[in-house]
Amino acid sequence: MSAATNPVSQAVVWLNDPLNWTNPGGILDRLGEHVGMSAAAVLVGCLVAWPLGLWLGHTGRGGGLVVLVSNLTLAVPTLALLTILPLTFLGFGRPAVVVALAVFAVPPLLANAYTGVRQVDPQTREAARGMGMTGVQVLRRVELPLAVPYLAAGFRTAAVQVVATAALATFVNGGGLGEIIRFGFGLSIAVGGGQILAGGLLVAGLAVSVELLFALVERLVTPRALRRARRGAGRRAADAVAGT
Amino acid sequence: MSFRLSYRADPGNPWFSWQYVRDNSDTVLNALREHTTLTLRAVLIAALIAVPLAVLAYWFRPLTGPILALTGVLYTVPSLALFAFVAPYLGIGVATVLSVVVLYALLVIVRNTVAGLNQVPAEVREAAEGMGYGRWGRLLRIELPLAVPGILTGLRLATVSTVALVTVGVVIGRGGLGQIIFAGFQNNLYKAQIMTGTLLCVLLALVLDLLLVGAGRLLTPWLRGRTG
Repeated sequence: MSAATNPVSQAVVWLNDPLNWTNPGGILDRLGEHVGMSAAAVLVGCLVAWPLGLWLGHTGRGGGLVVLVSNLTLAVPTLALLTILPLTFLGFGRPAVVVALAVFAVPPLLANAYTGVRQVDPQTREAARGMGMTGVQVLRRVELPLAVPYLAAGFRTAAVQVVATAALATFVNGGGLGEIIRFGFGLSIAVGGGQILAGGLLVAGLAVSVELLFALVERLVTPRALRRARRGAGRRAADAVAGT
Repeated sequence: MSFRLSYRADPGNPWFSWQYVRDNSDTVLNALREHTTLTLRAVLIAALIAVPLAVLAYWFRPLTGPILALTGVLYTVPSLALFAFVAPYLGIGVATVLSVVVLYALLVIVRNTVAGLNQVPAEVREAAEGMGYGRWGRLLRIELPLAVPGILTGLRLATVSTVALVTVGVVIGRGGLGQIIFAGFQNNLYKAQIMTGTLLCVLLALVLDLLLVGAGRLLTPWLRGRTG
């Protein structure tokens, strides 16, 4: 072990040890767990929130419900949800963690799906009606395609949120990159400072990469003509929910 | 011979127990007090930094982008990672929890304050200018009061999310009510303890939110009756 006392150089040393990457329970294992449970949680969130949000947006009802859901999840601490769900029928283990994370994926997905459908020009919707489309056809062929940029924005927000929250799964022994940080704290700061900082860098790096990746996806699925107008669609939807 | 870890056949693990709350009222109240003071201090510090930042962004338009981007980046960094960045320097203590929570609250308050300031109608601003208000007078007497609803929205969101975020402080043993929740989890999944911590967290968020709503009504008498 090097004599460096500076946490940054300790972190560099820790990250440069190949065994810290390939050991059982090393960075690669933890990264796999982290991405795996995050992906499962976002998937579950999409399956619940998108159909609901699109339908609420289509009927134009339930705006209050969308606001209520996002306010409620804001007030419930992640830690509480992570510790309570294993005590229910879900049992101790991965499913409970995934469901807890999915709960935090729902608000952005729901709000953006709802806003995405609501922002469709009423004239477009009426034209579709006038062409003889049924309600379901309007939703599938007109509103859904026009809402795609919003769906993508919501997906990005949800994915970043879940990846960030998944770091807390370590408190219920759920694995993920958070384990590295918690083990570091377990060693005390003098000894584990480098590992703590390295874990923080890994978690933050993953979150920022996910943000950039899905920002790119969001850009790709937004038709060129709409790019300027749609920039920050998610932000606007979030603001709408925040009531600003 | 069989082991009997408990003298009762079913020790019971209820979702809630007054017995637990009574027997541990000291611990619970201490955690609640720590949680409340941490939240209030954090929101106060965040507001003292965020409102001047928002005014800067409002006065000097080119700064709006960078200020919002900077606070936005801080917001993307997961809370646990932020603890990991701050703790090696500030150590295990209240200062670490406080700084992490403040950094998170910044974005919400800055963004909503800028929005609130931008909502001030241009005619009002021009009228104030015509009446001879200088930049500072206009800010303090006209623009900030009119931006109160926006600032308040930011404070409310920041307060509620701060209450939830303080629990992450368990990683350094300073999580307020998070300590209760986490101890319950480690204490053989004692449901009553976990629920007590959780309910108090949600209640605290609710009470602080209502207090802010009340303060907002007192500060903006001209809006009364307009919103239901």
